[in-house]
Amino acid sequence: MIPSAFDYAAPTTVEEALALLAGADASGDDVKLLAGGQSLIPVMKLRLADPSLVVDLGRIPGLSGITDNGSSLTIGAMTPHHVMATDPLIAAHVPLLSQAAATVADPQVRHRGTFGGALVHADPAGDMPAPALAMDAVFNITGPAGPRSVEAAGFFQGYFTTAVEEGEILTSITVPKFDGWGSHYEKFTRVAQQWSIVAVAALVRVEGGVIAEARLGLTNMASTPLRASATEAALAGCAVDAEAIAAACAHAAEGTDPASDLNGDAAYRRHLATVVARRAVLAAVGLQGTRG
Amino acid sequence: MASSTSISVEVDGVSYTDNVEPRLLLVQYLRERLGKTGTLIGCDTTNCGACTVHLDGVSVKSCTMFAVQADGHKVTTIEGMAQNGKLAPLQEAFHQCHALQCGFCTPGMIMQSASLLKENPHPTETEIREGLEGNLCRCTGYQNIVAAVKSVADGVEYGDSGVCVSESLTHEVAKELTDELTDDDSETAGVS
Repeated sequence: MIPSAFDYAAPTTVEEALALLAGADASGDDVKLLAGGQSLIPVMKLRLADPSLVVDLGRIPGLSGITDNGSSLTIGAMTPHHVMATDPLIAAHVPLLSQAAATVADPQVRHRGTFGGALVHADPAGDMPAPALAMDAVFNITGPAGPRSVEAAGFFQGYFTTAVEEGEILTSITVPKFDGWGSHYEKFTRVAQQWSIVAVAALVRVEGGVIAEARLGLTNMASTPLRASATEAALAGCAVDAEAIAAACAHAAEGTDPASDLNGDAAYRRHLATVVARRAVLAAVGLQGTRG
Repeated sequence: MASSTSISVEVDGVSYTDNVEPRLLLVQYLRERLGKTGTLIGCDTTNCGACTVHLDGVSVKSCTMFAVQADGHKVTTIEGMAQNGKLAPLQEAFHQCHALQCGFCTPGMIMQSASLLKENPHPTETEIREGLEGNLCRCTGYQNIVAAVKSVADGVEYGDSGVCVSESLTHEVAKELTDELTDDDSETAGVS
């Protein structure tokens, strides 16, 4: 499959990339930013997208890599999934992101695909948005008016739609460290390398044998990632006990609006959310042996 | 319309400079411009892994990359794996372990296996299977593919007889098969 013809630009600075976006906007060109290309190139090959200009961010130094800010990490938008899955800083302070990144597609795709690219693409079945939402990540965006930051709760706005406006670029993501929390990303698929049918990102803080705080992000339970607020509330103060956790996770589908497709209808997904949430929380608190 | 762009790429140790349309996929550049047809196009949708090559030493699916993105980088294809006329250990292992049937997935399987072993030199069988999740074999010959990769990780040396000569998964599998065949033979012998 051959994409429609397009012009290609490979800027070496963010300023140059912004100027290209501004120029395309002025001339009415349909422009796409190319990060790892693991979603964009397939849709261009299918001609579901046929931009007249592709701006490749792959030659801008400084857009990838991880910086330790003390109480948080700042992750360059162009950091590949493979690095997310294997970086020691990520594994030490935000292992939920390592766990989720390791489930994205397959090794070859993880070598090319990027954290920021996946977040801006905002596929409802993508694996990185729900963990970012559960962690209250902050999205650092730059555009013609200069840099701005958007909190996770306002970032994912709809189906494949985020707070990043035309002419803007997501440059990095800042995530608070979750030292001392248990975490797990539980993904339900039929076959290897499939998109999530449903997945749950769980962060759990246990204090004195009781769950003090829990954060749950749901993948593919609506057009955007969602927090499982009712389950989070039910888990607070809950004993670290399989039955109590299962009871709290029975609320995981409350407030969701999942799609129906060939992999399962909405009712099936609502059921799966409760099962997958339970598995995620059990794993996060170290009770994998009791999963079922 | 879109203009062509000049790229310089090192492929299998040889430097090339070419003008390409930006929409030209890396796999098309390798096959149609450089004649490196050892890299195959299977699904053309980022699923099957037949087009796997190395970009600066890590595996990528060359159907999901534009040739212009490889400008200034090193690409290794299956055709660059053998050195001085001698097959690379993985190629030898695939040959000896009968890790292919129709052979269509083989170049991609070998390139991904090489990348896997670089990142994890001593994978378990499960890690090999997970490491090859982006490569599909429609003959479903996965068992011997996994055995071939494991044998290289285990440092198995292959003798001239064409069988694995030290203890390995391959050896175990071969032994089990041989035992089964022997049992069948003896049963048949008993009946006659």
